Amino acid sequence: MPSDRVLDVRGLTVEYGTDAGAVVAVDNVDLHVGPGEFVGVVGESGCGKSTLLFAIARLLSPPAAITAGTVDFRGDNLAAMSEKELNVLRWRDLSVVMQSAMNALNPVKSIGAQFRDTLVAHGNAKAEIANRSVEVLKLVGIDPIHLRSYPHQLSGGMRQRAMIAMALLFTPELVIMDEPTSALDVVAQRSLMVQIKELQERLGFAVLFVTHDMSLVSHFSDRLVVMYAGQVVESGPTRTVFDQPAHPYSRGLLDAFPSIRGPRLHLTGIPGRPPELRNPPSGCRFHPRCPVEMGHCKAIAPDLYPVGTSHARCLQHVPAADTAAVMP
Amino acid sequence: MTSPLFEARGLTKHFKVGGNLSRKSLHAVDDVSLVINPREIVALVGESGSGKSTIARLLARVYEPTSGEIRYQGKSLRSMRTRRQTMAYRSDVPMVFQDPFSSLNPAFRVSHGIMRGLKLHRPDLGRAERRAEALRVVEAVGLSPAAEILDRYPYELSGGQRQRIGFAQALAYRPKVILADEPVSMLDVSIRVGLLNLMTALRADEGVSFLYITHDLASARYVSDRLLVMYAGHIVESGPTESVLADPKHPYTQLLLSAAPDPRTPLEVSGSDIGEPPRVIDPSPGCRFRWRCPLAIDRCAIEDPLLRELGPQHSAACHVASAVADAVSAE
Repeated sequence: MPSDRVLDVRGLTVEYGTDAGAVVAVDNVDLHVGPGEFVGVVGESGCGKSTLLFAIARLLSPPAAITAGTVDFRGDNLAAMSEKELNVLRWRDLSVVMQSAMNALNPVKSIGAQFRDTLVAHGNAKAEIANRSVEVLKLVGIDPIHLRSYPHQLSGGMRQRAMIAMALLFTPELVIMDEPTSALDVVAQRSLMVQIKELQERLGFAVLFVTHDMSLVSHFSDRLVVMYAGQVVESGPTRTVFDQPAHPYSRGLLDAFPSIRGPRLHLTGIPGRPPELRNPPSGCRFHPRCPVEMGHCKAIAPDLYPVGTSHARCLQHVPAADTAAVMP
Repeated sequence: MTSPLFEARGLTKHFKVGGNLSRKSLHAVDDVSLVINPREIVALVGESGSGKSTIARLLARVYEPTSGEIRYQGKSLRSMRTRRQTMAYRSDVPMVFQDPFSSLNPAFRVSHGIMRGLKLHRPDLGRAERRAEALRVVEAVGLSPAAEILDRYPYELSGGQRQRIGFAQALAYRPKVILADEPVSMLDVSIRVGLLNLMTALRADEGVSFLYITHDLASARYVSDRLLVMYAGHIVESGPTESVLADPKHPYTQLLLSAAPDPRTPLEVSGSDIGEPPRVIDPSPGCRFRWRCPLAIDRCAIEDPLLRELGPQHSAACHVASAVADAVSAE
């Protein structure tokens, strides 16, 4: 494993067992996160982004299960670990911030008590616990008096901040975030993003950030991974993906955002609807909605091909040397 | 100049909060005046809890206002008492809701909702005419083949398709104004634009006005002619959409605008505002935004700022902005 990666996911596949057979929600995904790096995973509902994140954190519950691939975290394969081994890592080296803090926090325990549980589980001394709890709350800009507060006494923004504080109780190397800002208003959303970025730069943890809103991460992430129908369709440096999207789906997503400044243009969005994973389209999974579909897209399933500094899963980008092999 | 469809004056809605002995009241909407003209798309923008959905419900007569008056086509809503008047009003002013997954009855086919509405609101139509009208509205919202869609159950449709059915149901009543409460916020980005385009198409083809309620300034800009910005129950700024966004007068509008993510432009890091919601339970006099306002002066804590015209049809409720305007005109 290259030592410059905190997380290295290879060939990860997750299937949901259903009465009608297995549904592949995450299909052979490769992904890596470097130390202190901010990686955004974007895609629409049902594209498998949350399933991917749950699989990485080993939080899947039946009928979902990892059926192939490895999740390398600092040299250990998370996918093969037992619960006991995972418990040592969780919160300490790897923490997760969920979408809805209202549901992720225990409603009948004060914030302080929940922090204490986490610290005690990792064998912290009593004196240290109070200090550390106060410290992390200050870190996210909440008055430590709220250690005595219950989740319902905090506003939505404060609850999300408390969740982030909890994720930083130890000094994790990787924080996984699943749409932590989606329940918030624009102003609160923006301020939370700025704060996450500041904390990240100060404390040096890496972030894997899942969202459906591409514009949200545009200013914060180093690299972007775009998912469609369970597959990675594009990955590359954030600015490159925004300025020169290589996959027609990424381009379509970008063109679907009305601009708030600049000229008022007529937009079209992406026609059709995301495919059902139960029965994905043949060939390139995006071909039924693709504006530049070329006859053979129906038949040939594209691989991820290099395009400049990015990678895209599109037959337009087949390297010249491989053309004969890919397109007979 | 045509006369306005809707005209609200001093519209106020307070809710009692706490137990039976409590005298606290939540000021959801306070002294709001607004106008909706025929064939106009008005966007009402604000954060959650600002009172924008309460305004839609007041206009739809789900709530009775605590005080103030709403006139529809020149007639006061309070004077519409008979069942016939109420029914006629409801068919003129339908609502489209935020969540397309809970606003359609899952036990019935799509046709059921549309046909039932037609039977109730347009009793003059016969069975065959109702069917024809249902097909027409389903086609008008861009779903085809219409006959097949009508026979489906909601679970067989995607979110975007369901929301289109919401619009089709509203359209079947031959409405004058559709009150659309966050109609696209639950949908995926790639299909939102289609629904926004549908709203402008319905205005062009069917002559419907819209009150488009949203927290997303970019989509409001995309569809609307006029923009109303709400904060803590007050309208703090109103005017033609382009002029409000090009030259926002109220500091809250400026804050909203700077917080809206736009991948096409570089990030402007602004202030330390953390987006705490306003407290509207028994608010004290003075500007409700002053706690968060970078420009607040002493006067803001004493006196409620009133909406004042600061540009062509462009008004803002801010002491500082109006002082600036006075200084400019004095020069």
